Amino acid sequence: MDYFLTEEQLMIRDLAAQIAREKVIPVRAELDEKEEFPSEIMKVLADSDMFGLYIPEEYGGMGGGILENCIAIEQLSRACIAVSVTFAASGLGCYPILLYGTEEQKKKYLPRIASGKSLAAFGLTEPNAGSDAGGIQTTAVKDGDSYILNGTKQWITNGGEADIYTVIAMTDRSRGARGASAFILEKGMEGFKFGKKEKKMGIRASATRELIFEDCRIPARNLLSREGMGFIVAMKTLDKSRPGIAAQGVGLAQGAIDEAAVYAKTRIQFGKPIAAQQAIQHMLADMTTQTEAARSLLYATCKFMDSNPKNFSKEAAMVKLFATDTAMKVTTDAVQVMGGYGYMREYPVEKMMRDAKILQIYEGTNQIQRNVIGLELVKEYTGKTEAVPVG
Amino acid sequence: MKIVVCIKQVPDVADVRIDPETNTLIREGVPSIVNPFDMYAVEEAIRLKERFGGEVKLLTMGPPQAEAALRELLSLGADDAVLVSDRTFAGSDTLATSYTLAMAIRKIGDVDLVLCGKQAIDGDTAQVGPGIAENLHWGFAAYVRKIEEIGDGVMRLERLMDDGYDLLRIPLPAVITVVKEINEPRLPSLKGKMKAKKLEIPVWNAEEIGADPERLGLSGSPTKVSKIFTPEFRRKGEILQGEAEAQVDRLVSEIERLNIV
Ligand SMILES: Cc1cc2nc3c(=O)[nH]c(=O)nc-3n(C[C@H](O)[C@H](O)[C@H](O)COP(=O)(O)OP(=O)(O)OC[C@H]3O[C@@H](n4cnc5c(N)ncnc54)[C@H](O)[C@@H]3O)c2cc1C
Ligand SMILES: Cc1cc2nc3c(=O)[nH]c(=O)nc-3n(C[C@H](O)[C@H](O)[C@H](O)COP(=O)(O)OP(=O)(O)OC[C@H]3O[C@@H](n4cnc5c(N)ncnc54)[C@H](O)[C@@H]3O)c2cc1C
Repeated sequence: MDYFLTEEQLMIRDLAAQIAREKVIPVRAELDEKEEFPSEIMKVLADSDMFGLYIPEEYGGMGGGILENCIAIEQLSRACIAVSVTFAASGLGCYPILLYGTEEQKKKYLPRIASGKSLAAFGLTEPNAGSDAGGIQTTAVKDGDSYILNGTKQWITNGGEADIYTVIAMTDRSRGARGASAFILEKGMEGFKFGKKEKKMGIRASATRELIFEDCRIPARNLLSREGMGFIVAMKTLDKSRPGIAAQGVGLAQGAIDEAAVYAKTRIQFGKPIAAQQAIQHMLADMTTQTEAARSLLYATCKFMDSNPKNFSKEAAMVKLFATDTAMKVTTDAVQVMGGYGYMREYPVEKMMRDAKILQIYEGTNQIQRNVIGLELVKEYTGKTEAVPVG
Repeated sequence: MKIVVCIKQVPDVADVRIDPETNTLIREGVPSIVNPFDMYAVEEAIRLKERFGGEVKLLTMGPPQAEAALRELLSLGADDAVLVSDRTFAGSDTLATSYTLAMAIRKIGDVDLVLCGKQAIDGDTAQVGPGIAENLHWGFAAYVRKIEEIGDGVMRLERLMDDGYDLLRIPLPAVITVVKEINEPRLPSLKGKMKAKKLEIPVWNAEEIGADPERLGLSGSPTKVSKIFTPEFRRKGEILQGEAEAQVDRLVSEIERLNIV
């Protein structure tokens, strides 16, 4: 469907698709098999200016918004979401600085991220605090001109590979969620170490590691916003980045449809292509309809969010939920359309189905997305006693 | 250093079909691409600029649509481009094409180095590069796979040969044609694409390059294509039968008879 993208957006889409075609597809199976970090592809994305899509021009970016970024993520995800999450997680690590950084912090870090010279990462999750992020135990204690961090972050995408980290830690435990604060850390700081690389079901080319802080002393000027703002920073960051995960879902689902549709036309059983069987056609029809619906919601949500509305938690959660549930279903059905061949590693849908699962888990599980949507809904209807249509 | 890269827009061979009636290429509806070898020439020019400084100008002779090829390559980091276009250029063979491009290079002026692809995938003659050098009376090297050094008006390079490579030194200004072993072309950047979209591309006609009308287009092209045909596809295979030993004897004697090795 034509979404009437601008000339610039089409340029981004076409270049990202070219990179996916020429640089990602030829190596994706090998990167997955070897669990190898896609450094060369990140260099190509950096040279093509992709890392700065959503960063203002004054900080070396392209001055676009969430839509521009999501268009690139979608195209990369058609080829491989281990690659696209490596790319997108740099944005996740960047948003706290973009949204809450001082002019000095922005000048120092954003150009490095926009140029792709440095990858970024975002550290919130801990062994005992996943969905319940309020339970984090990493502490940051003020000591003169410094903060001293202690604790462990778990499953951090780009951990060990990124140079710049935004991390949430408790500055005042007695205040609960209001006692958290956000900090900027750099690889190489004393007392900042990394755990081993996790072995995963999917997105195996992406790097997921622990961040370990042992009396890690950082300058006090690396505090983002004010003490106590940590959870607000984290929640607003996730709101901004969730459409990116939805874009991964849309791209991945489309990639799976492309594979399944081509295969269905060439696989002959009972004397004709399986694509001639209505059962197969109906499966492909549902896959395509659901994916197009997800894409429509994605683009609409991005446009809405780029118009700078006050609150968009519900919209961001809805698109993340819908597009990633769609990706899981569509990739599973793609394997079904291809039968035993789809289950074999020689065909890309095997990896696509393995990869899809993470989309329903990270950046807030889909149960948590439903909680967010439900809560917002209840708020919207508070005090309303009559269902009168307005506007 | 001032570098000119000659690039040619060609039909995408993956899609080319021959009209069975007239035996000519069906060009209608066939997408155009940049001659693949020219991508390596452009990449090398940009790398030379990055190594030694200077500017990279793209040059093509072709119909107005050839502008699209120039814009595509500008996004890789070339500085500007010129399209040489005139109705009188129609029907140019390699002699007329080389002359026309050489005249445009003269008009550009102060050029140190001209890069061309090894050959064009449609015409396939590999004559335009040397033809330009001949017209300009400049040095020339074909099949360059590496530019080692440029300095003091001399260039050291490696020329790919069937049995290895030659190490050459040629004085500047010069024309070289490059092979795909020379580099791996980069992808465009978004900033490059946006810049390329906005750049003005001047179009020069025959008069503006000061060309002699007699040497242009059909009148400047002694080549006459009398007939184009697809060679008849004949394959007479024979599968040898019998004892293994007898088969080997037959095979050896056939090879000797046909003088294949
Ligand atoms: C590959 C990978 C990469 C990741 N990258 C990052 C990263 O870069 N940065 C980062 O900070 N984190 C990252 N994470 C962590 C990720 O965000 C968490 O895994 C996620 O938030 C869920 O937390 P959990 O795994 O501890 O699950 P839990 O919170 O233990 O949840 C377990 C199950 O219970 C359900 N559940 C929990 N609470 C509720 C509730 N209130 N209502 C309904 N259901 C509930 C969940 O939906 C889930 O099904 C990553 C995780 C993975 C696997
Ligand atoms: C059916 C047909 C038959 C032909 N037969 C002959 C023939 O027998 N003899 C003959 O002399 N010509 C012939 N021509 C014309 C010829 O093929 C070309 O159109 C033209 O002269 C360029 O030669 P080439 O394509 O072989 O380029 P090549 O010499 O193979 O190209 C080498 C390099 O020169 C540069 N270059 C070539 N053309 C241009 C251009 N227009 N603008 C900028 N740079 C360029 C590029 O860098 C290219 O990589 C024929 C054309 C057709 C359509």
